[in-house]
Amino acid sequence: MNGGDEVVAASTGSPQPLDWKFSQVFGERTAGEEVQEVDIISAIEFDKTGDHLATGDRGGRVVLFERTDTKDHGVSRRDLERMDYPISRHPEFRYKTEFQSHEPEFDYLKSLEIEEKINKIRWWQTANGALFVLSTNDKTIKFWKVTSQETNLVARCRRVYAHAHDYHINSISNNSDGETFISADDLRINLWNLEISNQSFNIVDVKPANMEDLTEVITSAEFHPTHCNMLAYSSSKGSIRLIDLRQSALCDSHAKLFEELEAPGSRSFFTEIIASISDIKFAKDGRYILSRDYMTLKLWDINMDSGPVATFQVHEYLRPKLCDLYENDSIFDKFECCLSGDGLRVATGSYSNLFRVFGCYPGSTEATTLEASKNPMRRQVQTPSRPSRSLSSITRVVRRGAETPGVDANGNSFDFTTKLLHLAWHPTEHSIACAAANSLYMYYA
Amino acid sequence: MAMIDEPLYPIAVLIDELKNEDIQLRLNSIRRLSTIARALGEERTRKELIPFLSENNDDDDEVLLAMAEELGVFIPYVGGVEYANVLLPPLETLCTVEETCVRDKAVESLCRIGAQLREQDLVESFIPLVKRLASGEWFAARVSSCGLFHIAYPTAPDALKTELRTIYGQLCQDDMPMVRRSAATNLGKFAASVEAPHLKVDIMSIFDDLTQDDQDSVRLLAVEGCAALGKLLEPQDCVAHILPVIVNFSQDKSWRVRYMVANQLYELCEAVGPEPTRSDLVPAYVRLLRDNEAEVRIAAAGKVTKFCRILNPELTIQHILPCVKELSTDSSQHVRSALASVIMGMAPILGKDATIEQLLPIFLSLLKDEFPDVRLNIISKLDQVNQVIGIDLLSQSLLPAIVELAEDRHWRVRLAIIEYIPLLASQLGVGFFDDKLGALCMQWLKDKVYSIRDAAANNVKRLAEEFGPDWAMQHIVPQVLDMINNPHYLYRMTILHAISLLAPVMGSDITCSKLLPVVINASKDRVPNIKFNVAKVLQSLIPIVDQSVVEKTIRPCLVELSEDPDVDVRFFAGQALESSDQVMMSS
Repeated sequence: MNGGDEVVAASTGSPQPLDWKFSQVFGERTAGEEVQEVDIISAIEFDKTGDHLATGDRGGRVVLFERTDTKDHGVSRRDLERMDYPISRHPEFRYKTEFQSHEPEFDYLKSLEIEEKINKIRWWQTANGALFVLSTNDKTIKFWKVTSQETNLVARCRRVYAHAHDYHINSISNNSDGETFISADDLRINLWNLEISNQSFNIVDVKPANMEDLTEVITSAEFHPTHCNMLAYSSSKGSIRLIDLRQSALCDSHAKLFEELEAPGSRSFFTEIIASISDIKFAKDGRYILSRDYMTLKLWDINMDSGPVATFQVHEYLRPKLCDLYENDSIFDKFECCLSGDGLRVATGSYSNLFRVFGCYPGSTEATTLEASKNPMRRQVQTPSRPSRSLSSITRVVRRGAETPGVDANGNSFDFTTKLLHLAWHPTEHSIACAAANSLYMYYA
Repeated sequence: MAMIDEPLYPIAVLIDELKNEDIQLRLNSIRRLSTIARALGEERTRKELIPFLSENNDDDDEVLLAMAEELGVFIPYVGGVEYANVLLPPLETLCTVEETCVRDKAVESLCRIGAQLREQDLVESFIPLVKRLASGEWFAARVSSCGLFHIAYPTAPDALKTELRTIYGQLCQDDMPMVRRSAATNLGKFAASVEAPHLKVDIMSIFDDLTQDDQDSVRLLAVEGCAALGKLLEPQDCVAHILPVIVNFSQDKSWRVRYMVANQLYELCEAVGPEPTRSDLVPAYVRLLRDNEAEVRIAAAGKVTKFCRILNPELTIQHILPCVKELSTDSSQHVRSALASVIMGMAPILGKDATIEQLLPIFLSLLKDEFPDVRLNIISKLDQVNQVIGIDLLSQSLLPAIVELAEDRHWRVRLAIIEYIPLLASQLGVGFFDDKLGALCMQWLKDKVYSIRDAAANNVKRLAEEFGPDWAMQHIVPQVLDMINNPHYLYRMTILHAISLLAPVMGSDITCSKLLPVVINASKDRVPNIKFNVAKVLQSLIPIVDQSVVEKTIRPCLVELSEDPDVDVRFFAGQALESSDQVMMSS
């Protein structure tokens, strides 16, 4: 083990690779059941305590789940933790409520249909026992309050933040100050005060004077978890920019730039496409940023802008297939990524309803491939260096969900239609929620 | 029977409507809470209405907001100050809701009631309430509590005072930034109620913590606290404790904090006094004027005159003027605009010679600015310069600037300059006006945009007021009346409007001899819109002209219009006739 490592030294010794087990599934399909487009999950988010989970779908609905395993005790969860009381059971959730957050709309001025699909959900601070959620589709952000009235749960839309984005909103993110949040579209990032829905401030604008000069778009943006003045955004060219809101009102010039220079000679038609970052997440302590591009997960230390501190190959086996992936547009799929609460592991999704978990603690070789099914480990790959094994069998899930399973020359299947794009790691425990089409699978370790 | 039922029936309805499904009905009812209370009587208000309202806290924000407001003035309806206690529980509940405006209103009302409470009630009811809120489980209660300490503190016994100070200190270190912001916002008020020795020790240490908060939003509010605290401290304490903080803030990493300093600087100077202002705050201010963030420069530029007023002219010329010169060519138009809106005020401070030598070139360059707002801002404050150096030195550059603005393609710019024309006229004098601006004023009456024509008509009236009827008879009225023959009815309508505005200024004689015939003539117009406007104008002329004129000229014309085939013309003619009847009856 690397002796210089503080993180691991502080914890209980070298972490062991996690043994993932199936916990729950919501909205499981029966064999042969067809997936309705509107039911496909498009966003997943745990709240800060991990007691609640929200999912959004293409039909504009938001579904809330609540944790059940901690509420049975007489003492509050926080007290238990203080007493170092071991919570023996893994997180279990139950359906709490759902509401229609967004409806399909039509922008008559631009002759544009606005889909109801929920792009992102963010939890806001709980107050007076009510839950608060920000949800967004391509254009409009809404602030929801969910309260229990008598025996019913009622969701009320408290504010609508509209007409501030010319392009599609890809991210929303709360500030640690508890009063502001950002929304990012392809070219701009706006800053809002939660209580003021009729005005926002543009803080980043990458739109060139002439749209023909456009070479790079914003793909994702997130506030630093504790520093109110810092935020990071990623781009389609594979770079992450850290900006400091203290520096200037319009933060077009970044404070720090993180990008990995491509190896000379390796450039191809697909280089730029696969370099595009689909998601970034700050680790809980704010020191590390995890990014996902088409082929890899990268972990960056915000104090080191020369390159990532770790790179995990997720889709390296697809490199020979890039042409096909481009043909069927799969190469533009936007996979999300997440970090464990302790920052020692990272996870991201893949095709065939698979997702992968990597250990990022020093000396780690932990690399697990799981399948979003009731038996996640059966397709586990022992060594990440031989990823092709993950495709060696056509599974039940693949067969079930597949419409056009492609089979390559070696008889390996690629199911680009069943892709696991959205997943989230519980903030305090080893529990992952992930979306396979319309089903929400939960695993623990 | 009916006499007794009538006042009671609506009350029953109002009470019923407090529980209605329809929010508008509930809202109406809440707004008339005092009526309900009066009808119920003091005792039933205390025993039935207030408890009912206390339970009714899960309503829409609008209803809760109205309730929070009403309860603040409810003391008379519950039986006076000795019963004011009963109002505390419903307001306490409203202090815990998550909607900020409701909470703020509830806090305001609690303060209002707290200020009237008897000492015993304050100690036995109000202070425990503040403590309960301050230790509330949810942040909303704690946020609200911060705004109540200054009411609770003064009457508290010593032991309780110590406790309140401690609690306030804890609120300033709350985990939730919202609570710390509220504590920072209310620190000035609380500090004003705290005794001097504690102020220097307890409050200042609380303040120090806030000034070093991680959250920019908390530090921003601490800047505001500087001025409030500074005014409470002895001057030497202020210099020792507040001044370094201000100087530090003026160099804060966050531009928003520096922006706040720039915005608050005048108040901060007042707090520390003239000497430290000169020695320490002038350099800080100069830095802000040269800040690399335009937003900060905008705020700083906008305060330049106020700031210079507390300096002597030498310091101003030596330190501030060089920055002002730089700002007049700033790359941001908003900075130049902010500067232009105040810079004229520096003339009286600097005196004649310095103004001519130093400021005039800046005025002239701003008058030629490419951004219309900058030019407009200079023109709007012309009177301040006129008093010091006269207008002659400026008039050369002024005219092209005015003409250009008068013809700007944005109608809002044209509108803005029209509004300054009477001011310009008074400053420039009749001679200058006749030569240069008269034609412009007529041109605006024919503008394509209604708002401009409307403003132009009003402008004509204000000019007549400024220069008197004789001048107007010569320079305005004939030109205006000429335009009644314009082929487009919209322009004819503008003239009718102008006539109705001019008539009261011109007086009865001129109205009868010059204006009225034009209006009467217009009643034969082929466009109904003109005709019913004639009716409206005639109605407005009735009180101005002699009764005989009404009888002889106005009424026959109106009678004719009242038989017009167009329904609108008949309507307005009828209305005018009715009002002429009333005038006759009363006279």
